[in-house]
Amino acid sequence: METDIQRLLHTFAALADLGQEIADTGDFEEMLRASFHLLLGSLAIRRGGVAEYDRDGSTLTLISARGLGDSQDQVLACSNDNERRLASLGTSLSLAQSKSEAERFLAEHQDTLGATRIDLLVPLVVRDSLIGVVLLGEKATGENFTEEDLEVVSVLARHLAVGIHSHRLLEEVEHKAEENRRLYDGLRTIYKETVHAFAAAIDIKDRYTQGHSVRVGKYAEIIAREMGWTDDAVEGIAIAGYLHDIGKLIVDLNVINSPERFNAKDSKEMSRHPTAGYEILSPISHPYADIPLMARYHHERIDGNGYPDGLKGDEIPPGAKIVTLADSFDAMTTDRPYRKHLPLADVLEDFRVNTGTQFEPAVVCAFCRAFLKEIEGTSKEKRLIKLLGKNYDNVESVSPLLTQLISDLDGNDGARAASAAGH
Amino acid sequence: MADTPGEIPVQTRCIGDMAIIYASDYLNKLSGERIERECKRQLGSGCRALVINFRDTELVNSIGVSILMGVIDAAEQNQARLIFSDVNSHTAKLFEMLGITRHVSVVKDEAEALELITPQTNAAGTSGQ
Repeated sequence: METDIQRLLHTFAALADLGQEIADTGDFEEMLRASFHLLLGSLAIRRGGVAEYDRDGSTLTLISARGLGDSQDQVLACSNDNERRLASLGTSLSLAQSKSEAERFLAEHQDTLGATRIDLLVPLVVRDSLIGVVLLGEKATGENFTEEDLEVVSVLARHLAVGIHSHRLLEEVEHKAEENRRLYDGLRTIYKETVHAFAAAIDIKDRYTQGHSVRVGKYAEIIAREMGWTDDAVEGIAIAGYLHDIGKLIVDLNVINSPERFNAKDSKEMSRHPTAGYEILSPISHPYADIPLMARYHHERIDGNGYPDGLKGDEIPPGAKIVTLADSFDAMTTDRPYRKHLPLADVLEDFRVNTGTQFEPAVVCAFCRAFLKEIEGTSKEKRLIKLLGKNYDNVESVSPLLTQLISDLDGNDGARAASAAGH
Repeated sequence: MADTPGEIPVQTRCIGDMAIIYASDYLNKLSGERIERECKRQLGSGCRALVINFRDTELVNSIGVSILMGVIDAAEQNQARLIFSDVNSHTAKLFEMLGITRHVSVVKDEAEALELITPQTNAAGTSGQ
């Protein structure tokens, strides 16, 4: 009686420990090894193994074993018939069935397992699907297995089956998540390439500003990065730059390519392009925020005298303020049909004069800082200088102007809102 | 001898080609695997007899039982003698119930273990911590 109670207590303890091991979702290999030990230790079984079933390959792989020679990690064939039969037996098979299955298994895999002894085979089944099998050798007592022993093993085996099954599901989920990540990255690449193609198409229409959209995108990217925007937001502002003039696709080509300054009628025609751009871009599900708005508002002014909606100050999205400056910078530093590119000193003077009216001070300050860093060599890349091209071969001469402008703007709270302007 | 940094080392005492390994208070996965590694290390070094001293052990769980089965196998494969000493009554009953005592000698204390084994060569040294 006392022995029976002790045996029962030992079994319950094994079950409790097994539940704990499986619930601990750390290392699967560790869980498996511990669970296998628990199974063997519950009845002091001298040798055994756990094999996991692979439906695709119709194989059983010994994932944990002791006393079965060198059979660990061995792959054993498991026919569809065997699979169906074992799945139907489940963990509720009789002692006779378990012994019979063990004999059959040994006979089929004698070459691999050699002269080992397996007394019981218990299938691991979850929702009528075969997950694997447990193989058990002789008990340390030398006694035969009883029905009660098989019940204990079956209960433990059921828990082990759930543990293996859960791990498998988790692996599948992780695999699918990785697939989705790859698909998403692929889609983003396609999106970016399409945007680049659009930018090229926009600029082809305007023969005097080849590459304008791309440069605006890159200038915007440089400014946003200097303002401390996140990588994702910086990518978004670059896209906004590439697409900011997409509305020009509906503007009369003669107006766009006019060699003279715009008259009132031409101005009205040209001023359609921000709203046109917004209408073109709005139906698209962009992976970045506010792309259509940046196209719509890149001609707005801080003082409210811009177009199309006359927005003022903080009503203008931060990204639009960056595109505004980038757009103006490129316009002034490239040749137009009615004038050549301006000297950098004049450009910076224009920024200084129009900060607070046309341009956001924090954006101008960030632009100047980024430019100065490239000139002084503290910035590793010289993207801005490269974008300016061979029209500007003496950029160092404007260092004092940049320094002064930064100082003026910082003094006037110009460095505010790196976080307010960012996403 | 500790196997990994930060691991509590297993206390071991060597007498000739016999090693006495001291089990901890709770023989579970962690402590059991330490014992197993130490036993295999000693067997690999040519040890002919292993004594596992359970003086501090209050409880052995199923994982501990299974690991001890593995030690029994390892000793048999190396044709080494395996003895358990200082086993408390509860653990002794457990070992008896599970049939472990059919494969390993269980003695009262180290002195009795030493009597079962002929000590080899020189005086006792101390190995491990």
